Amino acid sequence: MTSADIYKIGVASLLTVSYLAYSVFLYSTLPIPKNSTSIAAQQGKLVWQKYNCNACHQVYGQGGYIGPDLTNVCANRSELFIKTFLKYGTPTMPNFNLTEQEIGQIVAFLKNVDASGSADPRTFKTYIDGTIKQ
Amino acid sequence: MVPLNNNKRDIAKRFILFALSLLLFGMAFGLLGTLQYLIPGLAKNYISFEKTRPLHVSSVIFWILFAAIGSVLSYVQAYRKTQIAFPILLKLQWGLFAGTTILIILSYFTGKFGGREYWEFDPIFFLPILLGWIFFIINFIATIGTFKNQPVYVWMWATGCFFFLFTFIESYLWVFPYFRNNIINDMTIQWKSYGSMVGAWNMLIYGCGFYLLEKISEDKTYAKSTMAFVLYFTGLTNLMFNWGHHIYTLPTHHFIQRISYLISMSELFILGRIIYKWKSSLTEAQKLYHELAYRFLLAADVWVFLSLVLAIFMSIPAINVYTHGTHITVAHSMGTTIGINSFILLAIVIDIIQNSNNITSNQIKWMKRGFWMSNISLLIFWLSLIIAGILKSKWQMQINKAPFNEMMSNAKPIFILFSVSGIFLFAGIIAVILPILQSQINNAKTD
Repeated sequence: MTSADIYKIGVASLLTVSYLAYSVFLYSTLPIPKNSTSIAAQQGKLVWQKYNCNACHQVYGQGGYIGPDLTNVCANRSELFIKTFLKYGTPTMPNFNLTEQEIGQIVAFLKNVDASGSADPRTFKTYIDGTIKQ
Repeated sequence: MVPLNNNKRDIAKRFILFALSLLLFGMAFGLLGTLQYLIPGLAKNYISFEKTRPLHVSSVIFWILFAAIGSVLSYVQAYRKTQIAFPILLKLQWGLFAGTTILIILSYFTGKFGGREYWEFDPIFFLPILLGWIFFIINFIATIGTFKNQPVYVWMWATGCFFFLFTFIESYLWVFPYFRNNIINDMTIQWKSYGSMVGAWNMLIYGCGFYLLEKISEDKTYAKSTMAFVLYFTGLTNLMFNWGHHIYTLPTHHFIQRISYLISMSELFILGRIIYKWKSSLTEAQKLYHELAYRFLLAADVWVFLSLVLAIFMSIPAINVYTHGTHITVAHSMGTTIGINSFILLAIVIDIIQNSNNITSNQIKWMKRGFWMSNISLLIFWLSLIIAGILKSKWQMQINKAPFNEMMSNAKPIFILFSVSGIFLFAGIIAVILPILQSQINNAKTD
């Protein structure tokens, strides 16, 4: 090994140890430590994934762009309105022939997402250092 | 230039040819997706958007991965002047990857999903991909042999290999309820893994780009220089800690935003260096412009500059709050996956194929036309996405928001521009790829 190699390995090791420590720290101190998600909402998340809803819709700005962001849809629309969309589809969205149970679980999931925070950019405060907070 | 590999049945080349087919397939579904933007509900009873999008996204991600693996395998052999250490593992990797990719595509057609961004397939496919990747790492390490006094591209390949493995496993932590059950926890870990994973495959690609540039310019000193390693470590730091910009608006730990914001500003150093080196880069470009592979590297350099400017703006949380969830994010990902990753990979593919096949001068002429067509149309495509993003951002900030459909209808002229430029982009890339595939078919016939 040359002295340059030792220096490079030192920097790479320091970075890798920091990265692994950061990862382990995040796994062990998840942002929401207490799980208060209902069983229906947990099932609803899996139904959301099963039908790949994320391909068209966003949650917290992540996902597809052809449909609206649904993070806070439960705050803005009634449960009946959401269930009707899920049951019959729209001119863009197909009817997935969801069962009543699946519809209920997706609604529970969306209520849980809504309760977790706001994705509305108008609700963010910006600070002089360029950071943001809700 | 010295021919890399004249073995026509080289498995590394199989990865590349499979990758090119995936690129064509993925772009065709990208085109269908843009048409579904223009004509809401188009073919929704046969192949609706929740199928079109993964067919497009997964195919182009697998294009990047297959081409990167094929390029690393080819260049590692050329660099070490030896054959792959364990051909049997390479064959197994090829079988696992090609078979799994075909099954994933078929599963999308049948509507079976895992429903995650990037990896939208059933989690069962995690295992063969993981196993294939472990075989790839074993072969890479055994073929390289020693890490003593290695150039920067060997470090980049090693980084890409190990960090892809780590982040790929991390991206499947969601199968455990502990990580999955709360949406904030789930999205935090999901984007931690995805953000770094992109950095990992970038390392594989940029490493190959470095190797190719060294080969074309015949300058053996740069890849071992201090500056090359300073840039590498800047990239590595960003790979590890700059993933938070994906989730600035997520109500997660606030320190994630601060760390990511701070680290992302180190990209200003890379941007500054590009501007500082502009003149000398131009002189080098004039000297090597006749090489088609070099032209793609040069185009990728321009796209690095454009994407970096956009990325730095998007890394500032106070600006990100306006761009997040809009088509500006899509513009950024298109600029990086097509303008940077795909153009570097095409340069490498041209280099590898050109050295072992006869591509006629007429075909080269078509490839050069394709080069220009794809670059000009990509610029229009990219700008139209930025404009669509600005329109959506304005809509998001309105006090009395119009309905979503109305916003989409208002943006329709921009989507038309985006679709038309997408068609030309597709045509340009076909003009580059077809001669390569044709030469392979002719080669197979003469064998």
